[in-house]
Amino acid sequence: MKPAPFKYLAPRGLKEAVGALREFGSEAKVLAGGQSLVPLLAMRLARPSVLVDLNRLRALSFVRRSSEEVTIGAMTRQREAERHRVVASKVPLLGEALRQIGHPQIRNRGTVGGSMAHADPSAELPAAASVLGASFLLVSERGERVVGCEEFFAGYLATALEPDELLAEIRFPVPPPGTGWAFCEVARRHGDFALVGVAVLLLPDGSGGCAGARVALTGVGAGPVRIPEAEAALSEARPGDGGGCAAAAVEAASIVRGAIDPPSDIHATSDYRRQLAGVLVERAVVQAAKRAGIHR
Amino acid sequence: MSRAEAGRGRRKPVLDATLRVRVNGKEVARRVEVRLTLADFLRDHLGLTGTHLGCEHGVCGTCTVLLDGEPVRSCLIFAVQTEGSDVTTVEALAEGERLSPLQQAFTDHHALQCGFCTPGFLMSATALLEGGRPPSDGEIREVLGGHLCRCTGYQGIATAVAAVARERREAARTPRRRRAAAPRSSDRS
Repeated sequence: MKPAPFKYLAPRGLKEAVGALREFGSEAKVLAGGQSLVPLLAMRLARPSVLVDLNRLRALSFVRRSSEEVTIGAMTRQREAERHRVVASKVPLLGEALRQIGHPQIRNRGTVGGSMAHADPSAELPAAASVLGASFLLVSERGERVVGCEEFFAGYLATALEPDELLAEIRFPVPPPGTGWAFCEVARRHGDFALVGVAVLLLPDGSGGCAGARVALTGVGAGPVRIPEAEAALSEARPGDGGGCAAAAVEAASIVRGAIDPPSDIHATSDYRRQLAGVLVERAVVQAAKRAGIHR
Repeated sequence: MSRAEAGRGRRKPVLDATLRVRVNGKEVARRVEVRLTLADFLRDHLGLTGTHLGCEHGVCGTCTVLLDGEPVRSCLIFAVQTEGSDVTTVEALAEGERLSPLQQAFTDHHALQCGFCTPGFLMSATALLEGGRPPSDGEIREVLGGHLCRCTGYQGIATAVAAVARERREAARTPRRRRAAAPRSSDRS
């Protein structure tokens, strides 16, 4: 359990970092918090010849707030983000997702950007980003570009990042005031990756109903999965449908079960995950509705 | 500017480096391979074998040490990354033969059996207890959840940490009452 030899460089600034990636990008791995990469190195599942360590880039560690967005630097520790009052007040769903990652000891080191760039199919943050409609600032010597979740999450452990590009920051749009939210997951043990996780946002219409909804899942596909049919069903739930949002939650759960094709592995079968996804969608919708004051 | 000029002075990736770090308050400098983990550095290079290695991939928690006061897995950090930092290991807890209050509580509440996982539990709990306000039972359980104990001693461990938290709460209450009697100008709380 010792990593194979590699060469190591810890740039002091963004310019030096993108320079290093231009030079070594195709043979290099970027080291952020290391909570996923170092085990892969130790088990020799990854054998990069160069590690570019971003931990000296203080400029990529921040939580900033504008009127419309909360922007988090890619090297911000998960523990710092989860404790940040701006996250708690403006994007509480993100705070809840952060608290479900591993353990405090892992989050002391793990970074917000590292989790996004690793893009584990069972990770919490990609689902949170997806439901919140986050965008990603990618930087290279060639310039900058901003991509949305649909483009950024490109499949199993894959992102839109080119070998010479660095994830610099993640921008989370602030949901309108009164938006209901929930992030629910089930893992075999507290701190494990989720078997299934569900993130839900519900926008109230101001008169006790729902004006719009977003539903994203983790653990059921190659990356975060949005379910537009369930979102539409939740948005269209009207008074008189019987049972109010509880009935809408049941319908959304049924749609989600039909829409996903989750993987089987040593942790759970596909059928178990499908069943679980429905249960969690129902739970998350009810919780989000309560928070939004949606009662019909 | 040519490419050669741009490259001049740029630092190159290296296979080994000289590391300067404070371990348990003492400055150390060693030449290390960059692939050396902090855990192996502490154990094999400094002889601080109190930090144990279980799974070596961040699951079991027994290698937990404090990096600038925060508990982290020392098997998931390369030694070179701690350049300029403060590292605290289980060896720093006792003063000579006198155990720290937490170590004493572990003994009093049967919080260890084989002892393999103990250093990790002690470091996480030490940081938790020193983080200002004494932690609630829920906070204690959340932090202890980051460690595995295969003797199944979790209840004893939780009891030991809660006992120290309770002592801290009581100790915090006593001086406050005394301070209330003192002139207001000296009351800084």
